[in-house]
Amino acid sequence: VRRVTVTRSTVLNTPIGTAWALLRDFNGQSRWQPGVAESRTDDDAPGDLVGAVRTLRLADGAVLREQLLALSDREHTARWCILDAPLPLHGYVCTLSLKPITDGDRTLWHWNAAFSAPDAQADALAALIGEGVFETAMAHVGRLLARGPAAIAAPLVGGDTADGIVVSRHGGPEVLVPGRVAVPPPGPGQVTLRHTAIGVNFIDVYCRTGYFDLMPIPGTPGMEAAGVIEVLGTDVAGFAPGDRVAYACPPTGAYATRRTIDAGLLVPLPADIPDEVAAASLLKGMTAEFLLHEIARIRPGDAVLVHAAAGGVGSFLAPWAAHLGATVIGTVGSAEKARIALRDHACAHAVLLSDPDWPAKVKTLTGGRGVSVAFDAIGKPTFWGSVAALAVRGHLVSFGQAGGDLGAVEVARLAGSSLTLSRPNYGHYMGTAADVRRASARLFDVLRRGIVRGAPARSFPLREAAAAHRALESRATTGATVLIP
Amino acid sequence: MAKVYVSSIIDAPADKVWAYVRDFNGLPKFMPAVAESRIEGNRPADQVGCVRNFRMKDGQKLREQLLALSDYDYTQTYNILECGMPLSNYLATVRLMPVTDGNRTFAEWTAEFDASPADAPGLVANIGTNVFLAAFHELQRMLAGK
Repeated sequence: VRRVTVTRSTVLNTPIGTAWALLRDFNGQSRWQPGVAESRTDDDAPGDLVGAVRTLRLADGAVLREQLLALSDREHTARWCILDAPLPLHGYVCTLSLKPITDGDRTLWHWNAAFSAPDAQADALAALIGEGVFETAMAHVGRLLARGPAAIAAPLVGGDTADGIVVSRHGGPEVLVPGRVAVPPPGPGQVTLRHTAIGVNFIDVYCRTGYFDLMPIPGTPGMEAAGVIEVLGTDVAGFAPGDRVAYACPPTGAYATRRTIDAGLLVPLPADIPDEVAAASLLKGMTAEFLLHEIARIRPGDAVLVHAAAGGVGSFLAPWAAHLGATVIGTVGSAEKARIALRDHACAHAVLLSDPDWPAKVKTLTGGRGVSVAFDAIGKPTFWGSVAALAVRGHLVSFGQAGGDLGAVEVARLAGSSLTLSRPNYGHYMGTAADVRRASARLFDVLRRGIVRGAPARSFPLREAAAAHRALESRATTGATVLIP
Repeated sequence: MAKVYVSSIIDAPADKVWAYVRDFNGLPKFMPAVAESRIEGNRPADQVGCVRNFRMKDGQKLREQLLALSDYDYTQTYNILECGMPLSNYLATVRLMPVTDGNRTFAEWTAEFDASPADAPGLVANIGTNVFLAAFHELQRMLAGK
């Protein structure tokens, strides 16, 4: 065991009074220390009560207890010790002190710690504290103070801003501009998340172009992500800081490193479902779940048509329908995608949409009868072809218009085969915590069993969301795309 | 009692700044207003108790005594034995602290002295700005980025 000291110092471009107001509160470190999700003093002691004991809950779930040993507003110094921590150290005492820099009205921040640790771990602990704690906090506070007094008035974690994509006007991929997005403190029933992977969906394109009025301007797109809970608001049951979660729902705002969201919309992530898989599959997979289980109610022996069977939702629908006993005919845009649909997504047949006679081909493949169910998210180019490919008393599930707005549909023409038409809205089928729980449980089950493939095919850095949209809209993609913060 | 407090950041490592500041006979090197300096009795400039006898460019003469020097804490404390200024009981400390972020130096200079209420504000401003801060800025000019 040896005694280790760690010292870091930096210059804050702010008067000492402003910096000290932020740093003196022993119960306020979650406002300025990234990674501290929550601070609570025993008996709700005030943060300037010498002797106060606080419990810090870190974003990774670790819990520390620390005691304030000294506080001097005159010397701008606070000293505290660790009572309990899941770290192999003891006798940890640290001193945080500020000094005024009269030249330029700035502040020197000096932070020093001393502790004893086993020889083998001493260096790693010194690096963890020096870099992971002290330097991280100093850099964060510097950025925070640079944004002015308003930024430090609000709690940092959950009351801050995050890196994200800001859309200031509707338009092409070029309107997806990296910027800062607000992360309000979590209200009752809400949590603040740190995203680890973000799903890219065609609905994000509709939000960006303004086709769907789901995103305010300026606003941040994205309805799907996985991450870790950093901060809990009040009245949140069933979740704790550090929990891995995912969501797939409005409102938009997923294209950001962090966000605050209603806890009722979150799905707890099982340990065997990786973050990128959840971010890549939750929206598409839960869409496939309600289309197959709630709307079409696939039965064994059904012939089912899945448009864009190598694409986003299609790549979930096709193998899942096959698993439920259907014979799946997938439509695709290229021979390469046909191979993928047949090889990876359990399609019995693949039909090229470039063939104008594709509805007749589908009829032939079903012995002239037609399919029982057609899943069509392409829209205008395929709608009436899907109608033609359906069997008598068949069911057309129209759930998107990637290829163009459907416009007005003459419903009377459906009587030609006594067809049922569904035009579902995701929000109406995933509107409650019970819906989300049921759909995600079924999705995780088919992911685990390898029935559907959830791993993203492509990933882009969050900053390059525009490139991700260009790839998606070029129809060059197969499988899912994620953004990594 | 009047007090002077001046602090600044010098964009050079603390040991480089300290090499100048610790030299009790080195004021002419980094204090623009000082013309020449010597240590009385040929004593070393880092011998605690030594006296520096120096002349300002305006002709004023001062004698100051080194009371404490710490290479460990980068601090130097001295008082004024004789000077032409209307003050007494003058005690000053220079202190450096390394800034790990950027390998820079925090430098502070404090002084306390007795003076009449009429003289004190002018003395505080003059010593703070034209002596201490001017020295820090000169050190910054000489050492920044080196």
